[in-house]
Amino acid sequence: MTEQPSQITMVGAPDGHEGQGFFATSLDKVIGLARANSIWPLPFATSCCGIEFMATMGANYDLARFGSERLSFSPRQADLLMVMGTIAKKMGPVVRQVYLQMAEPRWVIAVGACASSGGIFDTYSVLQGIDKVVPVDVYVPGCPPRPEQIIHGITQIQELIKNESLRRRHTPEYKALLASYGIE
Amino acid sequence: MAGLTTEFVLEAIQSRFENEIIHTDTPYGMLTLEVLPASVPAILQFLYEDDRLRFRFLTDLCGIHYPHQTAKELGVIYHVHSLENNFRIRLKAFIPEANPEIPSVTSIFRSANWQERETFDFFGIQFKGHPDLRRILNMDEMSYHPLLKQYPLEDPTRTDKDDKYFGR
Repeated sequence: MTEQPSQITMVGAPDGHEGQGFFATSLDKVIGLARANSIWPLPFATSCCGIEFMATMGANYDLARFGSERLSFSPRQADLLMVMGTIAKKMGPVVRQVYLQMAEPRWVIAVGACASSGGIFDTYSVLQGIDKVVPVDVYVPGCPPRPEQIIHGITQIQELIKNESLRRRHTPEYKALLASYGIE
Repeated sequence: MAGLTTEFVLEAIQSRFENEIIHTDTPYGMLTLEVLPASVPAILQFLYEDDRLRFRFLTDLCGIHYPHQTAKELGVIYHVHSLENNFRIRLKAFIPEANPEIPSVTSIFRSANWQERETFDFFGIQFKGHPDLRRILNMDEMSYHPLLKQYPLEDPTRTDKDDKYFGR
């Protein structure tokens, strides 16, 4: 057995002022860093994309490397709603209710063609994208997407979290977005 | 028990329901009877109770829509199976779209309950005497019966498809 070089890297410090014995940065950045690397996802898996997500959580791909090993099956403790699979119109109100039960700050990722746009199911019984009922932050294309793509989607969510104002939910844009979905 | 033959089953039904049978056929070797809609429960009851036939399993109950078949646009199709004789037959009954009513067979087969609800959901066929006729698969808010041919299969709210790429 040959010794593999260690490739573990730590999360880098945000921009700030460093001196002997102190480091100063904005609170936004510190909290963003902490949130981005400890996302609790709620897997809302209805079909084959959910199977890809199981592979993503497994040892080969291991979403835990990005701080998301703790899945939350209660929406009240989840940060990220991951909708993976076809959502029938009858299921639409359920997705919406799960979203409403999540506390701010909350993010949504639509994994796969069906959750993003209805996919191949252009039919009367299928919701043509979950953005018809809840706002979506990141779309992951694919039918189904490979685990690498799902991880890429999660890292995009991390970038959003790191760079977003802590007061996002108080901004007029965010309020207008939610109002357009009839939320609050 | 001796196996049933198509001739024997046909003869047994015809001798009892001569005027109720409109047409008989054996497509792919399966006895198929077109019958008057009002007589469906009586025929199924007879098939169920007759000691020689014993058709006691309702395999399937479904609807169909032929928009060009005047006054017989909607159909209900019953597949029944005699498990003891391993013999299957099929009954068809056609009703006008303007008045889509047919008697329910839930009093004979309890399993017809959900199948009739499904047929109502997709074709709007009213099963008279059904204990709880409401939608079963589609969302309750749906305002039409989607398998009727006049309604499009595709969803009108789809936004990512450009018609010119799909020949529309």
